[in-house]
Amino acid sequence: MSPERRSSIEWANLIEACAAAIEREAEQLTALDQAIGDGDHGLNLRRGFQALREQKAELAALPLGQFLQKAGMTLVMKVGGASGPLYGSLFMAMGKAAPSEVNGGRVDGRAVAAMLAAGIAAVKARGKSEAGEKTMLDVLVPVHERLQAELAAGSGRLALLQALAASAEAAAAATKPLLATKGRASFLGERSIGHVDPGAHSSALLVATLCDQLAGA
Amino acid sequence: MAEHVSLVIVSHSPLVAEGTADMVRQMVGAEVRVAWTGGNPDGGLGTDMMKILAAIDEVYSEAGVAILVDLGGAETNSEMAVEMQPPERRGRIVICNAPIVEGAVMAAAEAAGGGSLEAVRATAEELSP
Repeated sequence: MSPERRSSIEWANLIEACAAAIEREAEQLTALDQAIGDGDHGLNLRRGFQALREQKAELAALPLGQFLQKAGMTLVMKVGGASGPLYGSLFMAMGKAAPSEVNGGRVDGRAVAAMLAAGIAAVKARGKSEAGEKTMLDVLVPVHERLQAELAAGSGRLALLQALAASAEAAAAATKPLLATKGRASFLGERSIGHVDPGAHSSALLVATLCDQLAGA
Repeated sequence: MAEHVSLVIVSHSPLVAEGTADMVRQMVGAEVRVAWTGGNPDGGLGTDMMKILAAIDEVYSEAGVAILVDLGGAETNSEMAVEMQPPERRGRIVICNAPIVEGAVMAAAEAAGGGSLEAVRATAEELSP
């Protein structure tokens, strides 16, 4: 089996797993968003990831950078709401920062860290936001920090993936006591306290799903 | 005749967007071109970048385009739409930080008087605290 063939199979599986996870959690995401937002996060992401699922064969046949940029544009076009441009910018910036040579679908951890850093910078610019404001950045930033720490510590691949999934889920839960100062939840002021941020929850879900898939790949 | 600055109204609700455009036409007249868009790709409340791109195309003017938005997603999707423009257009499209209805009417009044894109934006943004 050629490296290209093998990588395309894996990437299609990642898309499928993410779409299935969003589908499974859509009601929960909507419930979180009804508490502190406008109640459309689950529906919006489901529409976006359903579109990715429909394109998965085509997407997975592309080089990693193009795949992520095209997937990001699909999310921008299909998701609607603010999360479309935010997730879209994340994926597109990660795609632009992706290494041009990817061997057998396996990307080096340091390259992933660089891609994630570029993605985070794009989300910050798009949302005019920083970590600590009760948004998806409150998951992405700690996950990136954890990735760098695990790489610096020389952790094995499996341990690293498990650590990232755990850190994503812990980071999402840690948004509960935060006061929202960006996004729709900021309209609620103090009443945003005591609810997990829906964007943080969906980000953690995607990170954990990707880590689980990669751990089994 | 010099072109006027055009307006694009982007609301989560197509009814709000259309109603705002109606108010502009009635209060300011038809010399300022106004496009409106609202609703997500499924037709529910929300915004759709593709529809915003089409609205910009519909009324694009060399004098510039001022976009009026309501809430978060309308702004982020409009920003994406501006970034998707060819470079020569990008600097001639601005998103106004202003209340959508009042901002649109004030911006259109300034545009109808031949105001520059910056003047149109400043007039709309005077309404923001």
